[in-house]
Amino acid sequence: MPLRDTAPKLSPEQYERNFADISPAMTHQQAVTEASRCLYCFDAPCTIACPTHIDVPAFIKKISTGNLRGSAREILSANILGHSCGRVCPTEVLCEGACVMHEKGESPIEIGRLQRYAVDYVLEKNIQLFQAGAPNGKGVACIGSGPASLACASELTKWGYDVVVYDRNEQPGGLNTYGIAAYKSRATDSVREADLVEQLGVKFCQEIEVGRDVTFADLEAQFDAVFIGVGLGETWALNLPGENLHGVYGAIEFIEKTKTLPFQEVEVGRRVACIGAGNTAIDVVTAARRLGAEAVYLIYRRGEPEMPAFAYEYELAKRDGVSFLWQTQPVRVLGEKGVVTGLECVRTELGTPDARGRRHPAPVTGTEFKLDVDMVVRAVGQKPATEFLKQIKGVEIDSDGTVKINDRHQTGHLKFFAGGDCVNGGKEVVDAVADGMAAAQGIDVWLGAPRAVGR
Amino acid sequence: MADLSVKFAGITSPNPFWLASGPPTNTGGQVMRAFDAGWGGAVWKTIGEPITNTSSRYGAIDFNGVKVMGFNNIELISDRPSETNLREIYEVKKRYPKNLVIASLMVESKRESWHQMVRRAEDAGSDALELNFGCPHGMSERGMGAAVGQVPDYTEMITGWVKEVARIPVIVKLTPNVTSVTHIAKAAERGGADAVSLINTINSLMGVDLDSFSPRPSVGGKSSHGGYCGPAVKPIALHLLSSVARNCRLAISGIGGIGYWNDAAEHISLGASTVQVCTAAMHFGFRIVEDMIEGLSQYMDDHGFRSIEDFRGRALPNVMDWGDLDLNYKIVAKIDSGLCIGCQLCYVACEDGAHQCIEPYRSAAKKNDNGFGVHVPRIIEEECIGCNLCALVCPVENCITMKQIDAGEVPLSWNDRVRQSNSTLSLPFPSGD
Repeated sequence: MPLRDTAPKLSPEQYERNFADISPAMTHQQAVTEASRCLYCFDAPCTIACPTHIDVPAFIKKISTGNLRGSAREILSANILGHSCGRVCPTEVLCEGACVMHEKGESPIEIGRLQRYAVDYVLEKNIQLFQAGAPNGKGVACIGSGPASLACASELTKWGYDVVVYDRNEQPGGLNTYGIAAYKSRATDSVREADLVEQLGVKFCQEIEVGRDVTFADLEAQFDAVFIGVGLGETWALNLPGENLHGVYGAIEFIEKTKTLPFQEVEVGRRVACIGAGNTAIDVVTAARRLGAEAVYLIYRRGEPEMPAFAYEYELAKRDGVSFLWQTQPVRVLGEKGVVTGLECVRTELGTPDARGRRHPAPVTGTEFKLDVDMVVRAVGQKPATEFLKQIKGVEIDSDGTVKINDRHQTGHLKFFAGGDCVNGGKEVVDAVADGMAAAQGIDVWLGAPRAVGR
Repeated sequence: MADLSVKFAGITSPNPFWLASGPPTNTGGQVMRAFDAGWGGAVWKTIGEPITNTSSRYGAIDFNGVKVMGFNNIELISDRPSETNLREIYEVKKRYPKNLVIASLMVESKRESWHQMVRRAEDAGSDALELNFGCPHGMSERGMGAAVGQVPDYTEMITGWVKEVARIPVIVKLTPNVTSVTHIAKAAERGGADAVSLINTINSLMGVDLDSFSPRPSVGGKSSHGGYCGPAVKPIALHLLSSVARNCRLAISGIGGIGYWNDAAEHISLGASTVQVCTAAMHFGFRIVEDMIEGLSQYMDDHGFRSIEDFRGRALPNVMDWGDLDLNYKIVAKIDSGLCIGCQLCYVACEDGAHQCIEPYRSAAKKNDNGFGVHVPRIIEEECIGCNLCALVCPVENCITMKQIDAGEVPLSWNDRVRQSNSTLSLPFPSGD
């Protein structure tokens, strides 16, 4: 069934321009000049700010000397997804936000772009910087092939574990492949990075869903430990009338289409409303505009100051000509013949701040209005993968639906470890990587395996 | 406004800025454009028996993304017939009578050859002669250039030959590639020179391409030693200039690492009357002289100097022998925590590279605009020996300053101490170059 009205199709060149790399690769001279600006701080704030604690001054210095292989090794030994993180990390609130250059009144060192420059070199030349450790006879399964699992799997492989990754999608990488705005990273970029992990010796079983194609009992019997890195589930429902009309999408579902289909085949309304104001909502509204939607509304029940999206993301949406409807809440999705034709909204009033300091919005009766749209996207966060996790006996689930773990990243079922979004409720790629690495340590300690060399 | 004109060995230059002998003064066209831009004088690219140059011939060292920190060349003297050069000198002088044209000369070490060349250069209308006894490459292997300038007796002898016929001032250009430049300067003085200019380029090999193993600049995969110059050589030039100025009475034209008016002012403060520039003009063109003139003039006005002579050599009495420095003078480092950006380069430099007088930050008392802590280290003042290292590596202007501590002691140098103790074991430091 088609939408009521769709965005006009653009030329293939226009789509490519619209989704061109937002932060293009640096040239050699740009990289060396930028690297040379780095002061090489001692006990550097950028390194402290990075969840994976990449030794930033060390890798940058190596770029300035032309030691790109050493630079990439410095990055990837701390963070196997260093390439993705260089593209998608919110560096302005992490390493670059901590850069001492701010205090100097200068722009911070472009750490993300430099990181990508160094890692691009080894990816393009297909240089394998790490080797699997001597086999220690132990096997670990990883469920999911997102950033947490890839980090966990590569660490364990380096130490001599035999690691198998099970993933239900066609391509490895999880949300890193399917859920990042296309102008930040293409699916191929993420898959190329997973290839690096595969070349290290990790076995990938794609399109195998644990619990359906393989039982948990099988994994438990076959492996010495299992890492759960399944991320989150579907986007939360709005619980509004009309939500099941054709033309209402979940944010993840919509972004995934921009990552798996040619741009001209991604269906997008001429007029689009997106509900929510987090970073994912920004991905949705910018993608909709870049796909050709003529009017795109971002609807948020609180005000601009409360917006959860990073300032940098907000700027992107503003530059893309998105309309922001602050203190606005959807009431019902309107439709004709089963297809979305509009969204009824109401204005809100903000009450006193709650325990978390967030002001609760209350609808103001009589302020209802109709928005004429052809498509509505829900970007109100993802549900935890509780249903999936409940299948594993002994794994305890917190009240917010995330997995309970101890300081070794071990779950209530001692053989099962967990990390990433399914534990932290949804954070950045770099947090998932840090989690996966910490879980690998936890598994290693728990299994008491002899430490491999090159640790 | 300050008067920039300067008297040099009996001739007057509209300002102290001359182009040094080199590629920028290769032709009459270039020299005339330079005079139009404001240069006071030009030392013509060395004239002699024409040679053939190589391709390539220049090399450079970039530093932290900044181009041409140091420069070198394996280019020899003019590759044009001396008649052409002399005819162009004549034409330039006719059109620019107030600007100085100095003919740089290099001929085989025969009295007759020198006599002949000196007469021809004078007939062309040159204001002065500069004897190229300094070129470190190519010509020296043929018994010219540095081969003369490295031997005091040869320097004295050939300067003497030139002075037998010269009616215009004779400047001897000195090579830095010697153990003691003063000996050579004195030899030139004995030979009757009116002035010296220094430094010529420093012997150098610019680097090696680590894939082809060709040294730079590469001539078909091979190279040869060449003359090093550019911003990197200024400290060497200033030292040699000061030692000549302290030991000779000749007029001096300062050369080496001059790109800005303040470089020139430093050379003048150590005794130079005029300065010569080459690399900076090769990098940015003749137009740089505009700021040199304006900047120097402004500096002189600010300090109440009405002429170059008012501050020429002012820094010279402060250049001393180590043994005469005051050992009781004491300074310590201070960090302005408000300016500190928290890079802690001072800490690691002091800890690893100096005297362990700085403590790393304990807790971040201030935060940057993004809420991240700023790591301000602390000077352990009672340990600080006042070496300057922390202030030198600090990337923020005025953040680390060195403050004088009054220890209440009278000045005392090593030589004072030796004299007072009458010790025969601790010998006083001899004065050096």
